[in-house]
Amino acid sequence: MTLKTIALAGLMAGVSTFAMAQEPVRVGMITTLSGGGAGLGIDVRDGFMLAMEQAGRDDIEVIIEDDERAPDRAVQLADRMIQSDDVDIMTGIIWSNLAMAVIPSTVAQGVFYLSPNAGPSQLAGAGCNENYFNVAWQNDNLHEAAGAYANTAGYSNSFILAPNYPAGRDALTGYQRMFEGDVAQEVYTQLGQTDYAAEISQIRNSGADSVYFFLPGGMGIAFVRQYAESGVDIPLIGPAFSFDQGILGAVGDAALGVHNTSQWSADIDNPTNMAFVEAFQAEYGRLPSLYASQGFDTANLMLSALDVASPDDPDAFRAALEAADFDSTRGDFAFGPNHHPIQDIYVREVVMVDGVLTNRIVGTALEDRGDAYADQCNM
Amino acid sequence: MSAALLAEQLLNGLQFGVMLFLMAAGLTLIFGVMGLINLAHGSLYMIGAFAAAGMAALTGSFLLALAAALMAAAIVGAIVEMVVIRRLYDRDHLDQVLATFALILIFSEGTRFLFGSLPLYLDTPDLLSGPTTLFGGLEYSKYRLFIIAVGLAVGGGLFWLIARTRLGIQIRAGKADREMIAALGVDIRRLYTLVFALGAALAGLAGAMIGAIQSVEVGMGEPVLILAFVVIVIGGIGSIKGAFVGALLVGMTDTLGRVLLPQAFGLFMDASSATTVGASLASMSIYILMAGILLFRPSGLFGGQA
Repeated sequence: MTLKTIALAGLMAGVSTFAMAQEPVRVGMITTLSGGGAGLGIDVRDGFMLAMEQAGRDDIEVIIEDDERAPDRAVQLADRMIQSDDVDIMTGIIWSNLAMAVIPSTVAQGVFYLSPNAGPSQLAGAGCNENYFNVAWQNDNLHEAAGAYANTAGYSNSFILAPNYPAGRDALTGYQRMFEGDVAQEVYTQLGQTDYAAEISQIRNSGADSVYFFLPGGMGIAFVRQYAESGVDIPLIGPAFSFDQGILGAVGDAALGVHNTSQWSADIDNPTNMAFVEAFQAEYGRLPSLYASQGFDTANLMLSALDVASPDDPDAFRAALEAADFDSTRGDFAFGPNHHPIQDIYVREVVMVDGVLTNRIVGTALEDRGDAYADQCNM
Repeated sequence: MSAALLAEQLLNGLQFGVMLFLMAAGLTLIFGVMGLINLAHGSLYMIGAFAAAGMAALTGSFLLALAAALMAAAIVGAIVEMVVIRRLYDRDHLDQVLATFALILIFSEGTRFLFGSLPLYLDTPDLLSGPTTLFGGLEYSKYRLFIIAVGLAVGGGLFWLIARTRLGIQIRAGKADREMIAALGVDIRRLYTLVFALGAALAGLAGAMIGAIQSVEVGMGEPVLILAFVVIVIGGIGSIKGAFVGALLVGMTDTLGRVLLPQAFGLFMDASSATTVGASLASMSIYILMAGILLFRPSGLFGGQA
């Protein structure tokens, strides 16, 4: 409904004879709205549209499409948005394999891409582009923080597990970059896998003292439920993706007390974040996840740049994006030289508040963390 | 790899195989008896899972949820047979594929309309949750043992039905010669509806049982459908025995491939590329198995005159 109103408003502004001659800015959002990855895309969309609604701008039109987590579908939608809808800015992709299929050709055609989630290492290093900005993190970041946390928690032998796609490989690389202990076993699963019996059996027999797993969305829900069912009691550690608000509700008490790492949490104490959490709950009737905060920040970054310049003037618009002059839900926010964030990453613990499972910050894992690929980027 | 781990992985493979058998049995019966390629079989699996999730949310009873899954899938199967499928028996396979593919789209969108696109979760009953200790101190999930038991029981029942009952005789006769059995006075239309509903009920049961350990969502049936097709091609189209052997083969190959291949590559590659190559190859393993079997037995392991 919000989409329709904004689209309608944009259309009316376009045809009205009183409107300025300027065309509305068109934003194309391709994200995952169905299937096992739907929770992530829905949160990004809702966070983004909340910021759009609060801004009340009628000269921005947002076109939203569902990629069904299929790379070919995402490529098709991107082609259509660029060629027939004539979008100026694109955003929304959740999964790194889809990002790798869409983003390089999108930015090569002069369209700006603001990533609200996927941050594959290829696009942070040698494949970086002046028109590509990541508002969330480079993929490795949260996993690096988890490796650092595992050191302080005294773990010395981890079983590590991730899906076999770009972000999964970045995840295990990131964890091992910081973790000083041994890796009992490194296992890659299929993206979208729903049965983890074979992996859980390997964990049971691995002799590890901790399990690090990166399984976002429905995969994480299936894994944690089956893990609890199996009776294996080796402690779990994960990035926030494995314990986000959407997963906690479905997993239940099995997640209580688990530690995970995140650049955002509902209890970060700054006015923007407090207002965001309250407004999101009022609008959608549920607690926001980190994905929602990323969607919200992406929209606000874009709005801050549109206040200064139009995408029709790419150099000015790019400079405005680089300045990152907006109030982030994370507090301090700045872009590094490769257009990826430099930010603090926290350790959170899953707690029960008023009968709802949620995350609470218990410490900071990494301060002002950029990423490991910035010096390979030649913009 | 220790013996305990191997035993546990064999159980995992058996559980996966048994679940595939429930899907493949219906598919192979329908193809064998009616000569129909039913792509919508995966939708019946999904309908079973959603019916179970809906009933569990209403009553909290797992048994009622399973019953609801069987009933819902059988009823939807019977209705679909009478309204759509019946018109397709005399058409060629391409028409059947097109029409049943349309059914997938209709069921997926219909389910999304009713239940939304977010996954639902079905809880395992308290009695079956948690692990139990088997022979030699091996710990294994009770619920997965329950799936194995139900699957084997259904398999046994199906063999008895086909080999020992009047309905079984008619099914076998219908497979051999459609015109002759109609000429002998068997109501072939009723038989077809019955077989279709039976296959649908088995798919619905599989969906409901798997829904409790995974998630119940739109589109959950299609990946399983592809595997079920692999199973019946390996086993020989139309053969229940073939479906059973094929399902266990695929279940074991997939599970053990996921575990053993990365370790095998680890012997001569560094660990991280071995896991990547191994994991990629593991996802191909069942298709390689299928290609290998078809090379030596073009009509599958138990396929007769195709």
